Amino acid sequence: MSDNKTRKHPMPTQPAEERVNNFDEVPYGYSIETAIEEAKRCLQCKAPRCVPGCPVGIDIPGFIGKIQQEDFQGAIDILKDKNSLPAVCGRVCPQEEQCEKTCIVGIKNEPVAIGRLERFAADWSAKHSKQEVEPVPHTRPKVAVVGSGPSGLAAAGELVKRGYKVTIFEALHQPGGVLMYGIPEFRLPKSIVQQEIDGLKELGVEIQVNVVVGKTITIDELMNEEGYEAVFVGSGAGLPYFLGIPGENFNGVYSANEFLTRTNLMRAYLFPQWDTPIHIGKRVAVVGAGNVAMDSARTALRLGAEEVHIVYRRSEAEMPARNEEIEHAKEEGIKFSLLTNPVEILGDEKGWVSGLKCIKMELGEPDSSGRRRPLPIEGSEFVLPMDVVVVAVGQGPNPLIPRTTEGLETNKWGNIVADEGTGATSMPGVFAGGDVVTGAATVIKAMGAGKVAADAIDAYLHSKKGGK
Amino acid sequence: MNKIIQRKDLAPSLIQFVVDAPLIARRAQPGQFIILKVREEGERIPLTIADFDREQGTITLVFQVVGKSTSLMAQLQEGESIPDLLGPLGEPTEHPQGKYAVCIGGGVGVAPVYPEAKGLHDSGYHVTSIIGARTEDLLFFEEEMQNASDEFYLATDDGSKGTKGFVTTVLEQLIAEGKPIDFVIAVGPIPMMKAVADLTRKHQIKTIVSLNSLMVDGTGMCGGCRVTVGGEVKFTCVDGPAFDAHLLDFDEQVRRLSMYKDKEQEVKE
Repeated sequence: MSDNKTRKHPMPTQPAEERVNNFDEVPYGYSIETAIEEAKRCLQCKAPRCVPGCPVGIDIPGFIGKIQQEDFQGAIDILKDKNSLPAVCGRVCPQEEQCEKTCIVGIKNEPVAIGRLERFAADWSAKHSKQEVEPVPHTRPKVAVVGSGPSGLAAAGELVKRGYKVTIFEALHQPGGVLMYGIPEFRLPKSIVQQEIDGLKELGVEIQVNVVVGKTITIDELMNEEGYEAVFVGSGAGLPYFLGIPGENFNGVYSANEFLTRTNLMRAYLFPQWDTPIHIGKRVAVVGAGNVAMDSARTALRLGAEEVHIVYRRSEAEMPARNEEIEHAKEEGIKFSLLTNPVEILGDEKGWVSGLKCIKMELGEPDSSGRRRPLPIEGSEFVLPMDVVVVAVGQGPNPLIPRTTEGLETNKWGNIVADEGTGATSMPGVFAGGDVVTGAATVIKAMGAGKVAADAIDAYLHSKKGGK
Repeated sequence: MNKIIQRKDLAPSLIQFVVDAPLIARRAQPGQFIILKVREEGERIPLTIADFDREQGTITLVFQVVGKSTSLMAQLQEGESIPDLLGPLGEPTEHPQGKYAVCIGGGVGVAPVYPEAKGLHDSGYHVTSIIGARTEDLLFFEEEMQNASDEFYLATDDGSKGTKGFVTTVLEQLIAEGKPIDFVIAVGPIPMMKAVADLTRKHQIKTIVSLNSLMVDGTGMCGGCRVTVGGEVKFTCVDGPAFDAHLLDFDEQVRRLSMYKDKEQEVKE
């Protein structure tokens, strides 16, 4: 039992050798007994240090206390008060850098498994909670939300609860944004995302898919012709960066966005029952070492690749992915080619990828990011034979809305300039948050920004009315 | 949901839909495209808008049945709806300077070039149109193109109608005759567009072509539609689909369009 005191209760997971052959979720989640045992590790601090670590300020000791008392409905109610997507956050939040990082228990032992408990409560609720959700009557003005990713869903959830008539406009044919097209099924089952979206619809949020704001309709038209009194822009970081090295347009080179969208949103892994194809190589190189890179590598393996390499110019210590993702990738047999920088993609006579030419790197002095700068070792070039290369080195903000919205200020990288405390942009009544403002970050940070903007929109619309 | 108001078989394997899509019709400009999906498991299919009527709130789409996805599209009947339709996407075509325009459409490419001709003609340009097909049976939009043009020419590979030969055969004659030509807009199969570009390059006539690259989302997110234009990488979906034909790497486009040929074969078998 002493081990249960010092360490988090582990979550049972699908064995690595099995899971590489399917897209099913990897960890199974806690049983009721384990959840209660884990919840009992929480000290119920009077001045909790975990709460300030949470970007949306969940009453963490509160919900864990309810699990201790076996009041699971009480737990989910507390979670939902601050977080409209607990089943998602319980799975993909980097808790180790947030709430769990500051947990008192974590000083001497492993911190309380806050994320796993959040997931448990959310999954319990999905199975057992039969509460009819009453739509909130619309007594407040119309607000448009652009994009149905984490920030848009969070903003919509907050606003609808306060009586606003909220319409979300989504460019793709399915709502959910990166939760649907980006994060793979094995890490975040799409049925769970759908449940969360359905929950918002039950509250009265209207979702219009296949509308590209900036193309189908502009922000000016939404405000001046369609009667929306405020707009929240959460259009995300949808513009893939490439490496800018020779050979990037050879057949078999994908952006991570395309590779993951084909697989997740378009279900290319079910081809030919589903119509969207994907080219699956025998040997796949994924360039980059963030969460998106790990997702791409593990996806390639499940699609049937024989050997998958993460190619990263720095060392293991600098890899930006969550530890859990790196561990899962290693268990599954992903190879890590570290301190290795691609300099050219090689192609065969028909224009298909045949290899990745790389140069060996060594770490020098710390650079502006505080990480040691990788420096090329002269004369160390070598070729990794490959037939697919996935580029996962980050995304920029989607330019469609800034391009078509006069008066919306952006910075030199194309991000919308928005006040950190309110999400207010240079245009009155237009607020923004999430990756389109910050550049690619995390689901929970985008949700936090959506909530902050919802508060500010509420205040803005009250003062606007008062001013009239 | 966007209802198919009219369905017309233009030629063997060539189908036209007039679709109720008021939001798209309201903003559509020549050169822009839409993306549609016909069933849950379906691909996202990009198609250039062949015509739009802002008052009726309709857009016209023309497609050729070439594979599984277009066969599924062909099963849709008048009165049925297209489950997913979004647009207008891409940038409207920018016209080079000058008054004398030549609009060239080859095969199914006549559909996307039609709004270009019509738009130019309506804005007072002198429009010369050349449309071409393998054989007479495959020609369509003859009357429409004629109405949108000051001069109108036809070419068929087998000579069954109009000039025997290619659209470039006609264009070469026009150039030889010394007709004033300020710019050319050409849409059709890549070999045709490339042949037009090679010809106009010699005569230093500005030429715009429109691409139908492979893409997924059509909003700049996947980068699958990248093309090289003057040594720079561009995305067809947000930077195009129209590009300067003299700067475009056609061979790369041909190669990238063949990316899923083996998969298409797999589905057919």
